[in-house]
Amino acid sequence: MNDILVAEGLTKHFPVMGGFPVKRRVGSVRAVDGLDLTVRAGETFGLVGESGCGKSTTGRLLTRLLEPTAGRVLYQGEDITHAGRKRLAPIRSQIQMIFQDPYSSLNPRHTVGTIISGPMEINGITPAGGREARVRELLETVGLSPEHYNRFPHEFSGGQRQRIGVARALALEPRVIVADEPVSALDVSIQAQVVNLLQRLQRELGIAFLFIAHDLAVVRHFSQRVAVMYLGRIVETGTREDIYDHPRHPYTHALLSAVPEPADAAGPGTPRERIRLTGDVPSPINPPAGCRFRTRCWKARDRCATEEPPLVRAEGSAEGHLSACHFPEDAAPSPSAGT
Amino acid sequence: MPIPSQTQPRELVGRSPGQLMWRRFKRDRAGVVSAYVVAFFFLVALAAPLISAAYGKSPTATYGLDEGGLLNEFGYPVAPNGGISGRFWFGLEPTMGRDVLTQLVYGIRTSLLIAAAATVLCVLTGVLVGVTAGYLGGRTDYFLGRFIDLLLAFPAQLSFIAFTPVVYSLFVSPEKQTPTYLRVITLILVLWALGWMGLARLLRGQVLSLREREFVEAARVTGASPWRIITKELLPNLWTPILVQSTLMLPTLVTAEAGLSFIGVGIIEPTPDWGRMFAAGAAYYESDITYIFFPGLAMIIFVVAFNLLGDSVRDAFDPRTKR
Ligand SMILES: Nc1ncnc2c1ncn2[C@@H]1O[C@H](COP(=O)(O)OP(=O)(O)O)[C@@H](O)[C@H]1O
Ligand code: SF4
Ligand SMILES: [Mg+2]
Repeated sequence: MNDILVAEGLTKHFPVMGGFPVKRRVGSVRAVDGLDLTVRAGETFGLVGESGCGKSTTGRLLTRLLEPTAGRVLYQGEDITHAGRKRLAPIRSQIQMIFQDPYSSLNPRHTVGTIISGPMEINGITPAGGREARVRELLETVGLSPEHYNRFPHEFSGGQRQRIGVARALALEPRVIVADEPVSALDVSIQAQVVNLLQRLQRELGIAFLFIAHDLAVVRHFSQRVAVMYLGRIVETGTREDIYDHPRHPYTHALLSAVPEPADAAGPGTPRERIRLTGDVPSPINPPAGCRFRTRCWKARDRCATEEPPLVRAEGSAEGHLSACHFPEDAAPSPSAGT
Repeated sequence: MPIPSQTQPRELVGRSPGQLMWRRFKRDRAGVVSAYVVAFFFLVALAAPLISAAYGKSPTATYGLDEGGLLNEFGYPVAPNGGISGRFWFGLEPTMGRDVLTQLVYGIRTSLLIAAAATVLCVLTGVLVGVTAGYLGGRTDYFLGRFIDLLLAFPAQLSFIAFTPVVYSLFVSPEKQTPTYLRVITLILVLWALGWMGLARLLRGQVLSLREREFVEAARVTGASPWRIITKELLPNLWTPILVQSTLMLPTLVTAEAGLSFIGVGIIEPTPDWGRMFAAGAAYYESDITYIFFPGLAMIIFVVAFNLLGDSVRDAFDPRTKR
């Protein structure tokens, strides 16, 4: 397989400062803690987890906005973990990002034209026909009018702003785009439009996506492979069918039970058993020993507190379907089987 | 595709935040009037030689001493109301017998020149220090922050009085006369040294919050250099506080300069100075109230107009603060 973006044991610990009178490091937020994932060329990889579990941090590590504490980032086999700005320059244009907040991701003082042509200007790229023509073309690609070239971000709605952000990410013709919850700030009615746009781009332009979301519903129709994250770690990963039809990890089950049934499911079917997660997500400053999910897991036993479950292929799972649980759920198709 | 919600669908050029600000400003009557008043003062300062040439007087000529019948034996103008006449529109200066109008025009010129130069330096320093501290953060921010705290701990007016003579003596040995241009430079330096911290601190806070915004990350993802991020992404968002702060800073520096000259550590004779006219006026006011009237009125109008202008600029930039 053609691996385009790879994380190996990726770790990011943010220092927690405290103490008086001299400030010093009193602990760390273990936002991402030993994470492996692989995005393949041209595919969409969904990364799902509750808010605060380290998804954005993962995205920022992969785009090298943050410096990893440990682990490696590989782009097409090249180690870019600690590459400086100069060395990254040729790679930068190939890994782009779409941000969560369409209101803070566009500079309010720049015109749409300036925003979208900025990446070309920074990288000294002048396409045939000029930058302005290219920007107008990109505006059309993302479903906006080329006449919006001289407008300012405050004149647009959230969904339109997110389209501008998409056009900016496309300006350098990237090979992979990290989309950090690109629709979670938008109205539900607009979400589908933007997801469809991304899906179309992925198909037409062959761009690989790392699509970050906080629930499994958004990722469902879009991702070939999915990883479920909990407290800085991946707890289950596999193909879409593996995750949606044969989930093995209790946390994945819990997340799935919150996903509404697909509208096209034939007949009423068996209503999915609703699993309510109790308790709060533990603090990433001091994650539980053993299995990190045990404080909220209804199946937890003594072994879960002492031994951290490795991310492995559980008995009965398909090839490449990995989960991190000592007592995985049945491999039989879950009641929600339907994709 | 959904048609964007636009009211005038064929409008090609959008309005920038700057253009919106300008439109709001133009609607603010008080702001526009004070802008004209402020511009008038700058015009007077720049055109001082032309004004005095057209009016036919020199700021240094001692008319009252050179000609008889203008001052009485105590040195006060003979004519009523401080010697106001068709020849001396604002009257005559007691004792020296100079023309008040040209003195005032040249005095405004001196004070405004010093205050404007100090403002420019303060703004440049404030922007440089504030943006550096905010953008780099960490240790740099910590040390710059403590340095700012230290300077802010100096009582400004007292420090001006205490340090101005010290700085003079750095340039010229105390026995010699300090040339006027060195006095001007010294005043600018002293006002600058203790004037930039407020803006620096304000901008540091703004940069601190701006640099967390995702558009900065978006620029970094495409490979933008720190220089480009500061000049192209951050600075355009900082013009509001910079402009507002500098319009509020200039009048305080004008009064600070006037204060120094009033006390006698600023500009000295024979160079005309706005602040020193107050000092002289205070000495004469019991016998000749007219002399202090024009410089005082001009100063009040100037400071009020500038503050109103500052308020209007702020309101225009940020409609939420509108009363
Ligand atoms: N710059 C930072 N400094 C300190 N802690 C951070 C920083 N960024 C994120 N965190 C912490 O790391 C954890 C994961 O955050 P994030 O990656 O944003 O989660 P998600 O995107 O999944 O909601 C959170 O506990 C958050 O508070
Ligand atoms: S290892 Fe134990 S606590 Fe963790 S998910 Fe599996 S059963 Fe639950
Ligand atoms: Mg996030």
